[in-house]
Amino acid sequence: MRLMSFGDLNIYDFYKKMESNDIMLSFKGDVTSDMLTSMLQIMETKLDNLGEESRVKRKVYNVLVECLQNLYHHRDEMKRTGFKEESAAIFMIGRNESSYNIVTGNYILADRVSDLKSRIDQVNVLDKDGLKMLYKEVLNNEERSEKGGGGLGIIDIARKSKQKLVYDFMDVDDKYSFFSLYIKIPQKN
Amino acid sequence: MGKISIEGTSKTPTVLFDAEAGVMELKGRSIPENSIEFYKPIVESLDDYSKGPKSSTKVEIQLEYFNTSSSKCILDLFKKLEAIHKAGNEVSINWYYEEDDEDMLEAGEDYQAIIKVPFTMIEVEEED
Repeated sequence: MRLMSFGDLNIYDFYKKMESNDIMLSFKGDVTSDMLTSMLQIMETKLDNLGEESRVKRKVYNVLVECLQNLYHHRDEMKRTGFKEESAAIFMIGRNESSYNIVTGNYILADRVSDLKSRIDQVNVLDKDGLKMLYKEVLNNEERSEKGGGGLGIIDIARKSKQKLVYDFMDVDDKYSFFSLYIKIPQKN
Repeated sequence: MGKISIEGTSKTPTVLFDAEAGVMELKGRSIPENSIEFYKPIVESLDDYSKGPKSSTKVEIQLEYFNTSSSKCILDLFKKLEAIHKAGNEVSINWYYEEDDEDMLEAGEDYQAIIKVPFTMIEVEEED
């Protein structure tokens, strides 16, 4: 059925993949402030319609805010110089019987990879109390990134999800890597 | 002296600061992308206030959500309050959290551990 093809994308395969992973929302593009606001509104409505208990709803919403704002704050970096494509990231959230699953993907300057990798690794070896201590330490240091976060996002995501952060860096060319981050938020924890 | 009254939005909190009464309130959501910009006038007013504060200052924080970029700005506010307290004035902070919101309770405890100001955690029933 030729009609089901879109470039090299078979839309039925794509639909089935999204369906089997219970994707609630997926987005590829420039994560602007307006786009971010819209996505949060859509997700809030979806979580309300699912009748999700408020404890889980708040956690998912909080983690979503941090993920999407991470993408937003690094928009400039995602626009690869010398390419026509727009600044873009990919974002998906799905849900199964036991957890909400979020994945984000974006270009990152290759020379930032080792720093980001070591920050996530640092968070991943810590337990609940260790994360609390690190959070307070970073909260209380004088560092401010331009928009205010100053390195708390990753720690906060790990604290609220109570799961290790799974990530991957794929070399794209000598200047860029593609960073993907997988976050799982158990419905009971 | 200054009075601030900002109506809340889906991303920013309702803010009330009445310097004459020595009362500050933050309610709702604080998840703006640029928190520094949002909190700047509030931090500045509190800075002015700290030059001649009331003998008693009461602060109420009742947030549903706040992002990590707001968390540093909220700490900035608390540090100003700490200085007012240290100078010999009465300051109290009430931190509200919904009964099953362990994350908001922990966030309050984090501030409580950093800031040397009488800090009360108050559990409220879930809205909806």
